[in-house]
Amino acid sequence: MSTENLTANLYLLTPEFVLAGFALLVFVLDLFMPDERKDLLGWLSVLGLIGIAILSIAMLVGVDESLYNGLLAVDEYALFFKVFFIGIGVFIILSSIDYVRQHLNHPGEFYGLLLFSILGMNLMAMSRELLTAYISLELLSFSLYVMVAYALGSPRSNEASLKYIIVGSVSSAILLYGISMVYSTLGVTRFGDISEELKAATDVSPALWAGLALIVAGLGFKLAAVPFHMWAPDVYEGAPLPVTAYLAIASKAAAFALVIRLLAEAFVPVADRWDQWQIILVVLAALSMLVGNLVALAQRNLKRLMAYSSVGHVGYILAGVAVLSTDSLLGANGVIFYLVGYSVTSMVVFAALIAFFNATGQEEIADLAGLADRQPFLAMAIAIGLFSLSGLPIFVGFTMKFYLFTAVANEGFLWVAGLAILTSLISLYYYLQVIRQMYIQPALAASNEGDDHGSHVDAEDEAGGSGDNEDDHTHTPAHHDPASDYVALPRPSAALIAVVFLGLVATVGLGVYPAPLLELVESASAAVMQGG
Amino acid sequence: MNSFDQSALLLTILVPLAGAVLSMFLPRNRPNDAWYFAIFVSAITLIISVVLFVGYDFAAGGYQFIRIYEWLDEPLNIDLHLAMDGIAATLVLLNGIVLFGAVLISQTIKHRTRDFFVLLLALGSGVFGVFVVQDLFFLFFFYELAVLPMYLLIGVWGSSTIFEADRQRLWGIPLPFDLGSYNRPKEYGAMKLMLVLVGGSVLIWVGILALYVASDQAGSPTFSMVALGELAKNGAFSPTFQNWVFPLFMIGFGVLAGLWPFHTWSPDGHVAAPTGVSMLHAGVLMKLGAFGIIRVGMVLLPEGAEAWMPVLIVLGTVNVVYGAISAMSQRDLKYIIGYSSVSHMGYVIMGIATLHPVGLTGAVLQMFSHGIMTALMFAMVGAIYERTHVRDITILNGLMKRMGFASFFFAIAGLASLGLPGLSGFVAEFMVFTGAFKTYLPLAVLAVIGAALTAIYILRLLARTFFGEADPRWEGLTDASPVEKTVGAAFVLILLFVGIWPAPFTRVINVGVDSVMSLF
Repeated sequence: MSTENLTANLYLLTPEFVLAGFALLVFVLDLFMPDERKDLLGWLSVLGLIGIAILSIAMLVGVDESLYNGLLAVDEYALFFKVFFIGIGVFIILSSIDYVRQHLNHPGEFYGLLLFSILGMNLMAMSRELLTAYISLELLSFSLYVMVAYALGSPRSNEASLKYIIVGSVSSAILLYGISMVYSTLGVTRFGDISEELKAATDVSPALWAGLALIVAGLGFKLAAVPFHMWAPDVYEGAPLPVTAYLAIASKAAAFALVIRLLAEAFVPVADRWDQWQIILVVLAALSMLVGNLVALAQRNLKRLMAYSSVGHVGYILAGVAVLSTDSLLGANGVIFYLVGYSVTSMVVFAALIAFFNATGQEEIADLAGLADRQPFLAMAIAIGLFSLSGLPIFVGFTMKFYLFTAVANEGFLWVAGLAILTSLISLYYYLQVIRQMYIQPALAASNEGDDHGSHVDAEDEAGGSGDNEDDHTHTPAHHDPASDYVALPRPSAALIAVVFLGLVATVGLGVYPAPLLELVESASAAVMQGG
Repeated sequence: MNSFDQSALLLTILVPLAGAVLSMFLPRNRPNDAWYFAIFVSAITLIISVVLFVGYDFAAGGYQFIRIYEWLDEPLNIDLHLAMDGIAATLVLLNGIVLFGAVLISQTIKHRTRDFFVLLLALGSGVFGVFVVQDLFFLFFFYELAVLPMYLLIGVWGSSTIFEADRQRLWGIPLPFDLGSYNRPKEYGAMKLMLVLVGGSVLIWVGILALYVASDQAGSPTFSMVALGELAKNGAFSPTFQNWVFPLFMIGFGVLAGLWPFHTWSPDGHVAAPTGVSMLHAGVLMKLGAFGIIRVGMVLLPEGAEAWMPVLIVLGTVNVVYGAISAMSQRDLKYIIGYSSVSHMGYVIMGIATLHPVGLTGAVLQMFSHGIMTALMFAMVGAIYERTHVRDITILNGLMKRMGFASFFFAIAGLASLGLPGLSGFVAEFMVFTGAFKTYLPLAVLAVIGAALTAIYILRLLARTFFGEADPRWEGLTDASPVEKTVGAAFVLILLFVGIWPAPFTRVINVGVDSVMSLF
């Protein structure tokens, strides 16, 4: 029986094979493409991804099967996340084309790596076995290691990458060690088998608990949940801006996709006997909310601000993950809805920040002064994004928080929901500081600072440095002409405007009418919650 | 008419919201167009709110204009359930009037005008929403929507307060120390207002979640206020539960109502805000808080309300007296009105806390009357500040000679606020006092003393600033513009109307109050 199952339904993996082939194709095309035409690779990747998304939907709607004798799942849950990750990939590529042209070398490999990382994420959403999950996670991580280091000449990018590789590989080792301990005590690695073993076990050895703790720690690093978050701000700050966005949005969503399936299939079915993991996750969640949001108060760099704020959001999502249960889909729906809403909103903010960086080379909060006059559309986008992240209506941030916190409260953790709401209030303060710079501080103040303050010069050096090529692409005209620097900024490219605009439409649309999305979310969560 | 009935409440929310969205597409550099468009939109909402108020059948009572739109089904079950009772009808009318007045008065906004009206209309939409929904999710949704635009409205278009004059004397009495000059930048007022109000909504949110969990334990998880009200009637919420959840709503909503000691955002915020926003905020937004205490706290948690009302009435009395004393010691015209609002919201809170039909009716009528009068005061102060760029009452003198109309309107509003018979304030405060005398006699006496303090600061203000000797410095001052005169005259007429013939209001309010009081 088992050998038949190994290959019988292999065709279900077609989208993954196509994606892998397509990534290689982009690598190869890069060799033959003249330098000035390499933008085409980005557009090609976008088209390819859209094609693969359509292919997946056409092939896989309603399918619920297991591949390779239960290593990979092809179900509504995997499909939902596949399309979701591909969507993120499309938006990230669209918003990075200008950035890559201006500041980075080797565009072909950049897009190729991005495609491979999407493959890794798709596999993470599908895997229902510990080692498969580990390998998918590593495929994502290795792509990210390189992408973080992509600004070759920039010391900060290199430092960030080094930190990321070291912390990343340590956490991978921890994860692997945890997996080995679980295997040594239970003798199984498939999620479903783990829950069977736990159900049958009368008593468990401490080694199992140690193993599970190590797995939690390993995944905690990947999620950047407190206390495993220390790498995040430095890496976010050093990485090129589109990669920061990618880290904050996609890699988190993928790690959560994996965690949800792991819990749903291995631990939730035995929750009435072994519910200790709930407490552990709730404590991690509460710590993440508190630390992320409190430390964010002190940040002056936009990337670091977004890094700490994302730690806080991981806390909210973790609280939702802790209350997954077989009785009600409220928790699973809430978590997945939150992931989508958070990604959409963050995409708006990051795309607008990328546009701002392309025009000015700046990334401090203070540099945003007067943006409402200099480039009103970007200012509005950032403001709406931040209001949404802080959980105010009519944006998706409000609706997703309301949904998720209701789920958390309803599972008996009203105090965690209360803490989440309180820390959302704290986050409003630092988000408002950014909005204050854009809308209330006059641009003139920035001009005075700009003449003599250091960060302006630094930013300029870095733009030049990170670009690492001597041609004039690295310096936008706005950079050398003080007059135009403080009046209006050049219009962002059509691709960036499209990303921001679509993101805004989604932010408001999902905020006032989430029902269609929630239907999809529900089919996904139903698939995973009954899969165990 | 029938199809209007069906969608009228939805229109109150959607018209200003659509107006806000459409305004975004107006050209940036033509401020007058944005203003005209906002007038058009708010005139429609005014008409709708008047029609709703008049069309509310007080003989039939209960909730009317009911319409339910499905929004989310299982497992969360949220509907956009629109309905309006007598209390809401009065407040919807208030919001329609004040929003229209605020838009008219904002003719003077010339900087980023379009953005201003986008935010102002969004705020108006949120306020309408809170008054007419019957679902906790949407109540909170609109509540936050009403708070959201405040930061930018104050931060971008507001004004900072700088006291430059010497601060060694207070009301002519030498002080043993120098208070020095101090500066309250508008960002301070904006941030304080925003954080305190959202801080209040943290408590409300937790309370809403607690209610949801309790309804889940009772077997039917819901956010619908109708269903929750049924559960409350059937005793599904234990007294212990009610006793710890009610204070969440009492303080959470109380923050927005200016409840002492959580009121400090209110003077700072109102002073920093531009005129139109002060009008809306003091006039209508603070009423959201009091409305929330009635609609959510009292209706859904009657036993908790009963247990906590003694505390609330003490706080309300402190509001009255403390607000009045604070107003007496201010020199900034807007701060005086700001603290006077705190003091007057005290009557509203007291009226609610009496748990007596007359007191509660008085509270709601006071919400309406204070909404109009405080909006009128802010409008006229705005007109004065626009021309003099001064709000310090030791510098402003004898304005009556130069700005006759503005001073006259302000004087009427002032007299209404100190409770002169024949104006709306008298009727409302009289009812609140009646309710309080029947329930908490000593506190009622204190509140009457508070009313006397109001008379002191208002009359002194009128005597000095408006009717005093004319300062040659204000020689060239022009009187109120036609727009300001229109708003002033209309609001004064409303104050007179309610003062002389309150029956059209009280009979509508009464049916709402009776159904609330039937729970106790």
